[in-house]
Amino acid sequence: MNDRTFGFATRAIHAGTPPDPVTGARAAPIYQSSAFVFGSTEEAAELFALRGYGHIYSRISNPTVASFEERMASLEGGLGAVAFSSGLAAQLAIVLALARNGDHILCSQSVYGGTITQFSITLERMGIAVTFVPLDDPNAMRAALRPETKMLFVETIGNPSGSIADLKELAAFAHDNGFPLVVDNTFASPYCCRPIEFGADIVVASATKFICGHGTTVGGIVVDAGRFDYGSARFPLLSEPSRGYHGKIFTETFGEYAFLMRLRAEILRDVGAQLGAHDAWLLLQGLETLPLRMERHVANAQAIAQHLERHPDVVWVRYPGLPSHPDHARAARYLPRGAGSVFTFGIRGGRDAGRRFIDALELWSHLANVGDAKSLVIHPASTTHSQLNDQEMLAAGVAPEAIRLSVGLEDREDLLWDLERALAQAHSGEAASR
Amino acid sequence: MILTRPSEYRDLLARSKSIAMVGASSDPLRPSYTVFSFVRTGGLFSVVPINPKLDEIDGLRAYPSLVQYAEALGAPDIVDVFRNPASVLPVVDESIAVGAKAIWFQYGVINEEAIARADAAGIDVVVDRCIKVEIARFHGGLATAGLNSGVITSRRSGVR
Repeated sequence: MNDRTFGFATRAIHAGTPPDPVTGARAAPIYQSSAFVFGSTEEAAELFALRGYGHIYSRISNPTVASFEERMASLEGGLGAVAFSSGLAAQLAIVLALARNGDHILCSQSVYGGTITQFSITLERMGIAVTFVPLDDPNAMRAALRPETKMLFVETIGNPSGSIADLKELAAFAHDNGFPLVVDNTFASPYCCRPIEFGADIVVASATKFICGHGTTVGGIVVDAGRFDYGSARFPLLSEPSRGYHGKIFTETFGEYAFLMRLRAEILRDVGAQLGAHDAWLLLQGLETLPLRMERHVANAQAIAQHLERHPDVVWVRYPGLPSHPDHARAARYLPRGAGSVFTFGIRGGRDAGRRFIDALELWSHLANVGDAKSLVIHPASTTHSQLNDQEMLAAGVAPEAIRLSVGLEDREDLLWDLERALAQAHSGEAASR
Repeated sequence: MILTRPSEYRDLLARSKSIAMVGASSDPLRPSYTVFSFVRTGGLFSVVPINPKLDEIDGLRAYPSLVQYAEALGAPDIVDVFRNPASVLPVVDESIAVGAKAIWFQYGVINEEAIARADAAGIDVVVDRCIKVEIARFHGGLATAGLNSGVITSRRSGVR
C-alpha cells in the first residue's frame, strides 16, 4: 500500500473489495450466512460490547454488505456507511438516530412524494414534527426553526422538479443553528455530486436507482462524513448514556464514529431493516460501471431534453442541464458532470394528452422507478406524488400535466423515435395502438 | 519524526511489539478501556497499562509510571497516551528517558510543546489519531463495519 489517492472510477471497482484472503476470490464473495462463529468466548464478549470488530449476525453486519458500504463511503468521500433494505428505511433510520418523540425536523418542500408521506404522516404519528420549507426563502427557513430541531433534509436534485439545493448555503444554515445537513443524493449519484464536499454531514440514497443501475434490487445507503459534533445537549441520543449499551456515551466512546455506531448498533440492530448479502452483491456489480453509465445517462438526457424543448407538442421542459431551468447556474456549480437523467416535461393538451402519450410508448417502460439502464416514464401527479394534496403538489413542483422521464442507456435515436411516435399519437386523438 | 500518512502508521505498527498505555482505565465505559481491551484481546501486541491508581486491568498488572514499566520490561515500542493535553509533558520526558521509540497521542490529546519535544528527541510521534482505529484499518476491522479504510489493493496478502 502507498498513500496514493485513487480516482473515482478505480474506487468504484476496488474500494471495499480486496481479494478474499482465504480463497483468493477476486470478485466479492456472497457471504450468505445468517450468523458467524466466534473465535472464543472472549472475542464474543468484545464484539457484543462494541469493542472488537467482526460479524455477529447479518441483521447488524455482513461481509458482503460491508463491502458495499465501504465502497459507497469511499465514493461519497465519507467516514463510513450503513446499508439498509431500501432508501426509505435508510432515511427513517437517520431520523430515529437523531430524533425522538417531541423533536422536530426541517425538510425541503421539493422532495420525493414518499418522503413527504413518511415524514408528515408516519413521523407525526410517532410524535416527531416536521416543517416543509422552501429552500430559497431564508425568512421562512428561519421562522421554522425550533430549539428541538434535529436536522435539515434536502435532495441534491429535487424529485421531480429538478430544483438544485444550494448545498454550501444550506450547510452553513444548518451548522449555524446547531444541527446537521442531511442530503438525499439519489438523483445525482456520487458521480455527479458528492454533497460531503460541499459541507453536507450525512448523505442518504435509494441504492435502487443509479447505484444499482439495472432495476434489479431495492436498497438504501447512509454515508456519514464524521464531521458533525453531536456532543451537545441538542443530541442526547448520542451525547447521553445509552440504556441500550449499559450507559455507554456514543460521542465519548466513538468520537467521530458516534453517529455511524449508533445507526448500526442501535437503530439497524433494533429496526431490522438490513440489506441482504445477495442484494449487496448486485449493488456492488452495479457500482463497478457507475462512472461509465452516468456519462451515458447524462449525455442521453441532455440530448433528449434539448430535443423536447424544441418540439411543438411540448409546452415546457424542466431539466437543470438546460439554460431554461431556473437552477441551471447552480447545477453547473454543484453538478459539473451533469444533472442526472431524470426530468419532467409538460405535454401540449395536458393530463389527457399525457395519458395517451404514455400509452403509445413502445420502448420506454411505464413504471415507478428511475435510474435503470432502461428508459422509464411516469405521470407523477397520478402516481409517485399522488398522496400529496394540491398545495403540496404545487410546492413539490408537480404540475398536473408533467411527465417524468428517466433516460436510460439505449441508442439515443431509438429513444427519440419512440418519443416522436408517442407525441404524434397523443395528438392524433386516437387511442394508443400497441 | 511526526507521522501523518496512513502508510507511516502502518509501518510503525508493523515494526512495533510492545505498547505502554498511559492512562488506561478499568471502567468499561471509558474509551481508554475500550482501546486497551481491543489491543489486549487482539493478540498482535503486548500491551501494559500505566496508571498509578490501579494494580491491574483484566488481570494484567498495571505499572505506576513508564520508568517502573521500563525497569521491569525494557523500553516500549509505543507509548500510547490517554491523558489531559495539559499534563502530557512529563509523559514525554519519561518516554525520552526510558528510550521509547514512538509516542501515540490519542484523539484530542494535542499539546504542541509536547509534540515538538518528542520530535526533537528523535521519537516518532502520532497526534490526534486512535491506535485502535489504525490497527483496525490495516487488519480488516474497519472494513467489517462498513467504514472507509482507504485500503485499495489487489494483492491476496492484503496490505503491505
